[in-house]
Amino acid sequence: MTYFPEEVVEHMFDFLSHRDRNAVSLVCKSWYRLERWSRQRVFVGNCYAITPERLIARFPRIKALTLKGKPHFADFNLVPHDWGGFVHPWIEAMAKSYPGLEELRLKRIVVSDESLELLSRSFPNFKSLVLVSCEGFTTDGLAAIAANCRVLKELDLQEIDVEDRRGQWLSCFPDSCTTLVSLNFSCLKGEVNLGALERLVARSPNLKNLRLNRTVPLENLCKILSRAPQLVDLGTGSYVQEPNSEHYMKLTSAVLNCKSVRSLSGFLDVAPRCLPAIYPICLNLTSLNLSYSPGIQGNELIKLIHHCRKLQRLWILDCIGDKGLGVVASTCKELQELRVFPSDPYGGGSAAVTEEGLVAISMGCRNLHSLLYFCHQMSNAALITVAKNCPNFTRFRLCILDPQKPDHVTLQPLDEGFGAIVQSCKGLRRLSLSGLLTDQVFLYIGMYAERLEMLSIAFAGDSDKGMLYVLNGCKYLRKLEIRDSPFGDVALLTDVGKYETMRSLWMSSCDVTFGGCKALAQKMPRLNVEIINEKDQMEENPDDRQKVEKVYVYRTLDGPRRDAPDFVWTL
Amino acid sequence: MSPPLLGVVEGQGNVSLVALPPASADGSCQNNSELKERNYMGLSNCSSVDSSAISSLSEGKNSSLNLKATELRLGLPGSQSPQRDPELSLLSPGKLDEKPLFSLLPLKGGTQSSSQKVAVLGNKRGFSVAMDGFSEIKSATFNEGNWMFPAAGSDSETAHSAPQGKFSVNSGVNVMLSPRPSLNSGVKSVSVKEHSGAQPGMLKEATPVKVLQESPHTANENSHNPSAAAKNNSSAPAAKAEVVGWPPIRSFRKNTLATTSKNNDEVDGKPGPGALFVKVSMDGAPYLRKVDLRTYSAYQELSSALEKMFSCFTIGQCGSHGDPGREMLSESNLRDLLHGSEYVLTYEDKDGDWMLVGDVPWEMFIDSCKRLRIMKSSDAIGLAPRAMEKCRNRN
Repeated sequence: MTYFPEEVVEHMFDFLSHRDRNAVSLVCKSWYRLERWSRQRVFVGNCYAITPERLIARFPRIKALTLKGKPHFADFNLVPHDWGGFVHPWIEAMAKSYPGLEELRLKRIVVSDESLELLSRSFPNFKSLVLVSCEGFTTDGLAAIAANCRVLKELDLQEIDVEDRRGQWLSCFPDSCTTLVSLNFSCLKGEVNLGALERLVARSPNLKNLRLNRTVPLENLCKILSRAPQLVDLGTGSYVQEPNSEHYMKLTSAVLNCKSVRSLSGFLDVAPRCLPAIYPICLNLTSLNLSYSPGIQGNELIKLIHHCRKLQRLWILDCIGDKGLGVVASTCKELQELRVFPSDPYGGGSAAVTEEGLVAISMGCRNLHSLLYFCHQMSNAALITVAKNCPNFTRFRLCILDPQKPDHVTLQPLDEGFGAIVQSCKGLRRLSLSGLLTDQVFLYIGMYAERLEMLSIAFAGDSDKGMLYVLNGCKYLRKLEIRDSPFGDVALLTDVGKYETMRSLWMSSCDVTFGGCKALAQKMPRLNVEIINEKDQMEENPDDRQKVEKVYVYRTLDGPRRDAPDFVWTL
Repeated sequence: MSPPLLGVVEGQGNVSLVALPPASADGSCQNNSELKERNYMGLSNCSSVDSSAISSLSEGKNSSLNLKATELRLGLPGSQSPQRDPELSLLSPGKLDEKPLFSLLPLKGGTQSSSQKVAVLGNKRGFSVAMDGFSEIKSATFNEGNWMFPAAGSDSETAHSAPQGKFSVNSGVNVMLSPRPSLNSGVKSVSVKEHSGAQPGMLKEATPVKVLQESPHTANENSHNPSAAAKNNSSAPAAKAEVVGWPPIRSFRKNTLATTSKNNDEVDGKPGPGALFVKVSMDGAPYLRKVDLRTYSAYQELSSALEKMFSCFTIGQCGSHGDPGREMLSESNLRDLLHGSEYVLTYEDKDGDWMLVGDVPWEMFIDSCKRLRIMKSSDAIGLAPRAMEKCRNRN
């Protein structure tokens, strides 16, 4: 290999994933050097595992960065608001060292308007900004991006609460901007200038993904579709109209022209009578997201699904019911990913979907590999059946809405059911547990879930043994998050070296004590052991035996972070 | 007995609820006085309150011209207040409840039951029935009729007897297509059982989104899960809701869904699937009411519901109506009505203009109506004459 000119080796590296690139850089010094200078894309799963300066030193020529901030449980309000995860230091550092930066993808990161402004001015070649579950900015920041990024191709905002400053950010895209490929502002609540939107669409011949927000009326959707019949991914705005109206008729014919749409979403406000207009699109749909459309009732959903024979990904609300899932099972034979969200998380007992729906899906959709399923009841028998029918699961997340609810038929824990899943699905990488579970399920996980990378545990287990089974058994475990489970210091401290092989460990409302956390921090200097100390929970010098409410442990090369707020103690 | 407009066979309690075309509406007020206007204060125009409902079934039509005279007639163009009596005519006497229709006290805050927080639909507010009955009515999906159930037991049984999960049961339960504020629970329970043929389509739109999502289970919920039914119910789920971060759903999603559903139930009647509440004001009335436009499918239903709702305020007159109920609305009837009626129904549309109700197709009306107003004819200059024109032209 040393006889190959460097350009050739570099070219070969281009085909490798970032994990493989990590591997090849360890082969020899010249490869390390080559790989380092040719690496363009980098993924940093924990923004505190490494400082921006260290990243820049290691990879001097990055063009695309993916950064993740808060721990996953922050999505469910378990992490205080100002815990951290700021992008600004990264943008500042990269502004100096990565003038050629083109892409930035952030998840659970705090982004301010200043950061966006700095971003928009620092990278003349900036092309793609994707923000998922971020916070901290307003439409003013978006205006800066629109105005200053001359060759912007992608602006994608997902599940973000953006404060609306009514500044007409969309109008800030200059007339010279014709490079847009993807624009997703569906999560925005404020109005946009509809004329500007239409003009923007008209001058963006490469536009493939467009997701509108609910303030864009159906009339305008019509006009937009006629200007952009090449769309591949469409998210509707408000989908309310009188079916006999002229606008609706125009929409119907505009839709017929959009032969390329493969992904459909939106419908936050929907008049179900107008759904037939999109039936022609449904024939070729591979991805459908109706998880924000409580306005479409079960039988209307079913009517729609009947048209979607090629669906591969379906996100839906549980008002589809078991019957509807049966229709999905018989219609969508190529389904790979299914997410069923609860339309009413707190309504007790009224089972919109049950284990029957899941079983039906497993029988009909044999290619299913990714599942997120919220339901009110489950049984071991059902899980065992599902495991048999679908051995290809890579992601299996089951959330029984009632914590610690047993098998509703036998009243037994669901250990056997989940055990069947991990035993059958040899490629399982991500698993979320729920329902009544004892240490037994963790024994199964440790024994069988060999490829498991991420495990979420809530209200489960009996003793430290449970957690130990997992830590001992799952070699490739990267993220372990536990809440409200009886795991204590013994579990925490038995195998401290394990945590350096993992990205992070989260434990909240468990039995670990202050003393245990201190011991861990002491033994493992390359871990940050952060105690998240909500008000009044701990005095200045807490007793070692006091239980810790929330602890977040992660490996890091750069020691305790300097931006930790007062309530976070890094031991 | 004048034929029930709703195609009901009297006395058998088999009802198929059919939206009546306006033309077939019976113009006369005097027929079928069985169903009396019940005002929300529990003061019936009839001497006897509930059992009269039964007895009056078999009575002749002409019992209370006077009473009819006090009924509100909106004189909606092209439609006629249909007889509501047919519904009562469905009653099997045994079902009727003997308890007083209304307590004299309006329900506090519109909640029907101490054990539940219910999305109160406009036309139910203030019609308190014996509160004790309510504690048995767990299902807040009985929104339409909750407040009217003094005898929860009968309702529960009825619901029990219905097959589980059958939508038809729920249709009867959930929605009174022509809301009858004055009906007692007995009537309601009958309608629960009887309206199995009710049109699901309409009902779907009628029930609020949240409710509907549980509708297939109302029958069950009624029986065994007190707080399960209503999404708005806060008693049992309150405990669950206290677990922080559970269920594991992103706040963004929770907030968005909550907003969307809230919009559907919102009091200012924002358009959207589910209930569409609009305020109804009447000139001279001390307070306003609210109606869910989605529970009706035609103008006449709305009109008759409003008439009932506001009848207590009416000092309208009806002309003599000699025609039997069976006949189509004749021009003379209409004219009589319009002439005789003191009130005109108008609405404010999206642009803020006050329009006469009845001109546009129903669906279009729903989409554009922001609020309703029952206007005195004398004020309705420029609005009402149009209907009069039509009348005159026909004649």
